[in-house]
Amino acid sequence: MRLLPRTTQRLAVGFMWILAAVTVGVLVFIIGYILFHGLPHVTWAFLTESPRSMGREGGVLPMIVGTLLVAGLAVLIAAPVGVATAICLTEYTREGRLTAIIRFGADCLAGIPSIIFGLFGFVFFVMTLGLGFSILSGALTLALMVLPTIIRTSEEAIRAVPPAYRDVSFGLGSTRWQMVTRVVLRSALPGICTGVVLSVGRSISETAAVMLTAGSALTFPRSVFESSRTLALHFYILSREGISMPNAYATASVLILAILGINLAAYWLMRRFVAKVVV
Amino acid sequence: MKSEKIIRGLLIGVALTALSGLGLIAAFVFKEGIPLMAKVGLGKFIFSSDWYPAEHEFGIFPMIVGSLEVTAGAMLVGVMFGLGCAVLLTQFCPPRLVSVLKPSIELLAGIPSVVYGFIGVVILVPLIREHLGGPGLSVLAASIVLGIMVLPTITSISVDALQAVPRSYVEGSVALGATGWQTTHMVVLKAARSGIVAAVILGMGRAVGETMAVIMVAGNTLEIPISPLDPVRTLTSNIALEMGYASGDHRQALFATGIVLFVIIMVLNTIALTASRRRAGRARAR
Repeated sequence: MRLLPRTTQRLAVGFMWILAAVTVGVLVFIIGYILFHGLPHVTWAFLTESPRSMGREGGVLPMIVGTLLVAGLAVLIAAPVGVATAICLTEYTREGRLTAIIRFGADCLAGIPSIIFGLFGFVFFVMTLGLGFSILSGALTLALMVLPTIIRTSEEAIRAVPPAYRDVSFGLGSTRWQMVTRVVLRSALPGICTGVVLSVGRSISETAAVMLTAGSALTFPRSVFESSRTLALHFYILSREGISMPNAYATASVLILAILGINLAAYWLMRRFVAKVVV
Repeated sequence: MKSEKIIRGLLIGVALTALSGLGLIAAFVFKEGIPLMAKVGLGKFIFSSDWYPAEHEFGIFPMIVGSLEVTAGAMLVGVMFGLGCAVLLTQFCPPRLVSVLKPSIELLAGIPSVVYGFIGVVILVPLIREHLGGPGLSVLAASIVLGIMVLPTITSISVDALQAVPRSYVEGSVALGATGWQTTHMVVLKAARSGIVAAVILGMGRAVGETMAVIMVAGNTLEIPISPLDPVRTLTSNIALEMGYASGDHRQALFATGIVLFVIIMVLNTIALTASRRRAGRARAR
């Protein structure tokens, strides 16, 4: 039996709506489930105390500090490199062999799994450079991991700046570097920030690479040369070893809230960017 | 103008960081893993099913099969949902709903993999155990969790590909009397094919490389899984599970596992890059 084209269309589109509804449903369920079980345990004490007896009791303050240090440092290292790469690709080179090589590097790096970054970070930063299991080793590994994201988003943001801006700047007698720093980067800034903020999110969520480079010490980190357990890894260890389910849920809630905040910030920045440049 | 030349040189130097990073990663992982591969023999390392690190038996065949099975399952879920969402977003969805659906899918990409794994363990695994049998920790559970995790990758790259299809193609098709769905599957999906292939292959790379979520829901036994309800260990989980206490040959064997993973990923990356470059080339020719 052949269906009428109109019936086929209804069936196909209906099916896709179901797929999309399931997708959004899964998202809402995951966030709701974690927050429902975890938020009651997220107290002021939980956020400001150190863990006791392997995390069975107490809070997660050292992990919050460790996570912020690892993610912050990673992005602090990756952002200048990524933005410079994007400037190089857009303003200082013509499409050709050189840009193709640079892009190949970035695209391939983007596809490397985090466990490979972890293996590399372990043998290079931890062992060969002698940094040990430390916040710095973790941050350097993550910096390499988020670099492609920052390059990609910065490049898109810079390309979205209208060519007329550049012409005007040149017309006023500026050098290329002045044009880039005073005109292009200024207009592209919210777009670049979106990429940076998303990279912070990615660094916070990462577990496998951090496990092999930053270690899993429970103590409060006093310097970047000390090991520190991040929130994501703490959640993994708590839940996997069945140390404390309430604390696992609470840790996951803190993590989910951070990710929600970061995504909202990125979304807001992107809208500002679109309003400023594209229109 | 001399300073401009210096700036350009510096920028190019910095821009090569990503490439040198890639080179360093390859160099160090290979350097650590190759000696063991040579000692055991490449054929034996890949095709032997005996992984007994204490007795110096290193064969990763079950993990290779495990990775492939889990990835195949994840692609069934991920491609159906990911491509469905992408087509809906670009062709049939009213703008007001796009502004809900798109950020949701982006947020799905931001959720940490340990959270996916955890939800898999507390919700999905018991469901499978009670209703389908087996231990619950299984190829099926890993496939579903991974499928959801690769969905955002597939959707976002497919959306780009679908949006790049020239408007005139759609108009031509509609003018010939085709319905929206006929236009979509006969014209738009065909024109965007290479971009969609790139999306699927990059999603595949994500699935092969994902670690933490898989460890939590896959069961990690060392046997070759026969049924989808059997537990499974993947290449990635093999590394992450044993890296904590491995030393000597055992550690080198884990790096050698990393080499196999690295090679698989590079092959997938190259296919995806070629597919998307072909699309870019065609767009320029137009």
